[in-house]
Amino acid sequence: MKENREGIKGWLNPTRYGANRFAYWLQRLTGLGLLAYFIAHVIETSNIVYGKNAWEKMLAVTQTTEGHIVLMVVIGMCVFHAANGVRLYIAEHGKGIGRPGRPEYPYKPTSLGLGMKACIWVSVALAALAMMYGAYVLFGEV
Amino acid sequence: MVRESSIMKIHYYTGLAAIVLVAIHILFRLTVPEGYSASLEYENVIANYKNISYSLVLELILVTVAIHGFNGLRVILLELRQGDGWESAVKWLCIAGAVAVIVYGTRTILLASMMG
Amino acid sequence: MAKRVKIRVFRYNPAHDTDARYDEFEVEAERWTTVLDALLYIKAHKDHSIALRYSCRMASCGSCGMLINGIPRLACYTKVYELGSDVVTCRPLPNFPIIRDLAADFTAFFAKHKSMKPYIINEVAESIDGREFIQKPEEVEKYLQFSYCIKCGLCYAACPTVATDRRFPGPQALAQMYRYLIDSRDKATDERLRIVDDRHGVWRCHFAGSCSMVCPKGVDPALGIQLLRAYLLGMNRDSKVVAELYRREPK
Repeated sequence: MKENREGIKGWLNPTRYGANRFAYWLQRLTGLGLLAYFIAHVIETSNIVYGKNAWEKMLAVTQTTEGHIVLMVVIGMCVFHAANGVRLYIAEHGKGIGRPGRPEYPYKPTSLGLGMKACIWVSVALAALAMMYGAYVLFGEV
Repeated sequence: MVRESSIMKIHYYTGLAAIVLVAIHILFRLTVPEGYSASLEYENVIANYKNISYSLVLELILVTVAIHGFNGLRVILLELRQGDGWESAVKWLCIAGAVAVIVYGTRTILLASMMG
Repeated sequence: MAKRVKIRVFRYNPAHDTDARYDEFEVEAERWTTVLDALLYIKAHKDHSIALRYSCRMASCGSCGMLINGIPRLACYTKVYELGSDVVTCRPLPNFPIIRDLAADFTAFFAKHKSMKPYIINEVAESIDGREFIQKPEEVEKYLQFSYCIKCGLCYAACPTVATDRRFPGPQALAQMYRYLIDSRDKATDERLRIVDDRHGVWRCHFAGSCSMVCPKGVDPALGIQLLRAYLLGMNRDSKVVAELYRREPK
């Protein structure tokens, strides 16, 4: 029998099941992106131990327009991942997701209520604001 | 064997701790009066490393983010494929990755804090 | 007013076919025509060889789940009109092996449900001679919602973890675990928590909420799973008091 599992396509498409699924997708992508940045950041900053020249050489590569854009994306990823992570921490401890009751048509799930949706969009908005502030700081000095 | 709930509790707490610690780390870049670029100048960065409290914050960031990040990667990889060989390889790969990053970053913090 | 719609039906017989294909049929749909009505019309008048599973036609049996225009839905519970499209594409539920065409194999799904021990575990039991557990309405409400599950598999088809993790029990099974865990007649709390506190257990849910989005009965499996995890994390432990057995006095 053909197995018919959705596979990785199942979680790569964020458009089908509403805000929570979108948040799940973005949390994963930002998590992977932040891990990659974290490793790269630990490596780039290690140049400090090789003296002033090595440090300034590294700055010449990273403190550029491209470097600033990467950093802005990292700021956005970081803020979304943190804010949405706090939402998940609260929800996974059984808070803010409603209580079981007697379902009535049209069966709106309490766990996907307005509170959770609002938190997701606030996380996205905070990330956007942080990116704008980041752009102001990074590009403002030029 | 460590229970999954213990690992995931560590995941929660390292995540929450990282939010606070990374916020402090970023504030150190933003609160220099001469501006962000000046905060990255060699002398300023070395001065940061010589501040014991700040070095401690950096070390804590290193440990918490490495554990949180590599455990997150483990979770994704476990969900991607199953099988005893794969799962064991994922576990050790993630432990080795976290340890390697922590050791390498700690070396930087120690050497930079001792530089003249 | 009736409108003509094109129904695209996924066709695949693992015994004979190397590739799947879609067969297309034009049908007249009224405002009240469900996707199941349309498929049964096609089966009766156009191509009787289409394989699909159905029974009650009223969202009670959970047999006719399928992927309709990309979302898992019950065919009997989905009106052609509400899809807002002149093309309706029917595929078998994803994450289930295909038996043939739209009929999916639920063997693994039911095995996972069974592995959650979906029954009351208690050394004492109610009996017909008048011994019974007394439950307050608020104790019933803790699990009642989850007991409305009809095992249609829509949540399992929508779950992004099930899509790649074949060892993950899935939203249906985990919500049922919570249903029995929080039932005051059940005494196997520790045993149940041990089952789900696994590398591929409750922790592999990331609250993507897709299960609750597609549930046709308002079970809200995502709520059950988060409450199960919260219980495992030590939250709301005092909310469960195991019921005692009372002897009903004869009237």
